[in-house]
Amino acid sequence: MAETAAEAPSSPGAEILVLVAHPELEQSRANRRMLLDARSLQDVLPPGRIEVRDLYALYPDYLIDIAAEQTALAAARLVVWQQPIHWYGMPPLLKLWVDDVLTFGWAYGPGGTSLRGKDLWLVATTGGPEDSYRPDSYNRYFFEAFLPPYEQTAALCGMRFLPPLMLHGAHKASEAEIAAHAATYAKQLAGYPQWPELDAVEQCVECEVPLTARPMENVMEATA
Amino acid sequence: MEHGSWLTGLLVYLAAAVFAVPVARFLGLGSIIGYLAAGILIGPWGLKFVTDPQQMLQFAEFGVVLMLFLVGLELEPQRLWSLRKPIFGWGSTQLLGSAALLVAGALAFGIDWRFAVVAAIGLAMSSTAIGLGVLAERNMMATTAGESILSVSLLQDIAAIPILALLPFLAMGSGHEGAGGSGWLGPLKAIGTIAVVILGGRLLLRPMLRWIALSDTPEIFTAASLLLVVATAALMNAVGLSMALGAFLAGVLLAESEYRRELETDIEPFKGLLLGLFFIAVGMSIDFAAVLRQPWLIAGVVVAFLAVKALVLWAMARTMPIPRLERPIFILLLAQGGEFGFVVFQTARQAGVISMPVSSFLVAAVAISMLLAPLFLVAADRWWIPYLAGSKRRLDVEEISEPQNASVIIAGFGRYGQIVGRMLFANGVAATVLDHDAEAIEALRKFGWRVYYGDATRLDLMRTAGADKARVLVLAIDDTVQSVECAKMVRENFPEVTIVARARNVQHYYELYELGVTMIERETLDSALMTARSALEQLGWQPHQARNLALRFRRHNVAQLAALAPHRKDEARLIAAAKQGRRQLEELFAIERQQAAERQARAGWSADVPAATDQKPLPS
Repeated sequence: MAETAAEAPSSPGAEILVLVAHPELEQSRANRRMLLDARSLQDVLPPGRIEVRDLYALYPDYLIDIAAEQTALAAARLVVWQQPIHWYGMPPLLKLWVDDVLTFGWAYGPGGTSLRGKDLWLVATTGGPEDSYRPDSYNRYFFEAFLPPYEQTAALCGMRFLPPLMLHGAHKASEAEIAAHAATYAKQLAGYPQWPELDAVEQCVECEVPLTARPMENVMEATA
Repeated sequence: MEHGSWLTGLLVYLAAAVFAVPVARFLGLGSIIGYLAAGILIGPWGLKFVTDPQQMLQFAEFGVVLMLFLVGLELEPQRLWSLRKPIFGWGSTQLLGSAALLVAGALAFGIDWRFAVVAAIGLAMSSTAIGLGVLAERNMMATTAGESILSVSLLQDIAAIPILALLPFLAMGSGHEGAGGSGWLGPLKAIGTIAVVILGGRLLLRPMLRWIALSDTPEIFTAASLLLVVATAALMNAVGLSMALGAFLAGVLLAESEYRRELETDIEPFKGLLLGLFFIAVGMSIDFAAVLRQPWLIAGVVVAFLAVKALVLWAMARTMPIPRLERPIFILLLAQGGEFGFVVFQTARQAGVISMPVSSFLVAAVAISMLLAPLFLVAADRWWIPYLAGSKRRLDVEEISEPQNASVIIAGFGRYGQIVGRMLFANGVAATVLDHDAEAIEALRKFGWRVYYGDATRLDLMRTAGADKARVLVLAIDDTVQSVECAKMVRENFPEVTIVARARNVQHYYELYELGVTMIERETLDSALMTARSALEQLGWQPHQARNLALRFRRHNVAQLAALAPHRKDEARLIAAAKQGRRQLEELFAIERQQAAERQARAGWSADVPAATDQKPLPS
């Protein structure tokens, strides 16, 4: 970490904002390949179309530049969270990003309309195979059971939660499978928003948070 | 002196120096040889532009005085006190040992004992000007050899007092009426004057300088600095003491004052020029007529006295001990004769102890040794030091000689470089380590580190270290001048290597920054921030919040540093911008504290802790 590099680069702003969060990218095959493919789109597509931010590279000390992140978010139409599923949820830096960046009065709550109408797309990998996410296997739940926190985070910010792109069993996936998956990912990024399945996705629900709900009361109650 | 000749003189001196010094430096001979050569060139035995070198020598001797004042400024009284053993112990060993051996040698050749004593004492002296000049040029003042050379030089300056006072007594034996009766009064006056300088320096100098500084006229402060040195020198001269010693004392007394840096920068250019003039004058004063009359005799005397002194110095270097690789410098710089020899011979001649031809013979011998010393040093750099390094190849310090090809080079393996190195080694990264402190290297080797001896500012050494193959150069040299020099050399010659640098301070940071180095860490920033975190924690801040605040402070500070880079030479703007930046950060933190307090109040939390434990608006 050099002093001069410690500052997060200010985002020029792009229509598609890809946030990659993988704490051990050096060990990753799938996510690294997907990151590289997404990043190569930056050079191919016109400027202002896509920006890839590798959160663990930008913030190795977990000090998120909130202003820079909010600027990038404000410019985007599609926000992508590309991550491995760790312990049925987000890697810690992505969770910290949610905590720090999606602030009350900016992302949700009174006046918090900055993200309203944007799309949120979860692109995730799991180490366990798809059939481990079954009531009769060791993960005990279908994978969809772990998605509500993501969906509700999007909903609270007025964002549309797009159908996630999943790669299960990433540990055992062959190079060819990973390459194919990364290519699908890149193709969808490049083609956004011309996706056939988007027509089926309903617009986000309105979740109004009253001022009195902060900070003690449970926000979930207020939106229920 | 009429106007015209004064101008011509100035013209000749400056032109000779400007021509000869760069040529000598290009040839790798150092500036002192350049000055000496310039002196020979324009002197009575060269182009005859100047015919009276003695007058110039007296004037230029002031350069030596100024140099000792600057040396004194670097030495706080406590440090001087801690040097008392080397000064009086090793200094006396050198002076008395060399003189005794020389006297014995002279007596063996059947030379009159009075003459032998004068010659021995005069030849045992070493040139402070060349010695300290070379040390400064090579940045070796802080090494063991450097401190030892300084100690011996100081003892010689001190010893000059009794020597010059006692010389006339030698003459009395031979029937001349010397300075006679005043002999006992002299030392008393000398001690009294030194007491006056010390007391005056302690009590008066600082208030006086403060008063002058208040006038806010820079050139008057410069004038006052010069006046201070001139006055001390004149006072000492009046009672027959060494002017240089007086200036040294004044320097030591001001070493702790707040004006030390200012005095240094004011005096420095005068010192440099006058010292150059002094060397020119030495070059001019070599009496080639005396040399040519008895060329073999003078060569024999020079070789003999250099050999005797070198022998004493070699024995000293072994017992002290001085690190092997620093010994050549120690021996060569102190073996040569010195300007004090001139004074001794002149005084002896005036007192009638020795005759005029003998005096000019001895002066010529000393001057030739002074001319030879820098040449010997060049030879030592080429052959002796590499030989010493090579002869102990397996056991201790070696100059890097076999090409290396590690992907990392660490230049400077002191406190900073060692941590970097350990972290890299712990992760299996091979690194070529260079340091130029032979003593430190010997110690590091005992702990099993493979450290090469080498000056990282040298292109050939960096090439041997594998700079053309390395990916990263960790620049951890503590000396800012060398660090910048190394960065510059590497940027020019090995543009592929990424430099990861340590900066001693902000100025150093900017100097590296301007060379295009982007990975720079200020050496104290992070540890100071850790301390600030601990302090905040003690005051009740939550550890995690203290961490966040410290990291954000750091980010702000670094961003500000980069933003101020364009104004770094404009002090007023720099200060204004720095103040503004500090205010912004304070305001930012204040607003956040206020928001946190409001949140707490809304929630009905107690506000007696200075900072909120939970500042983050968490939606669930």
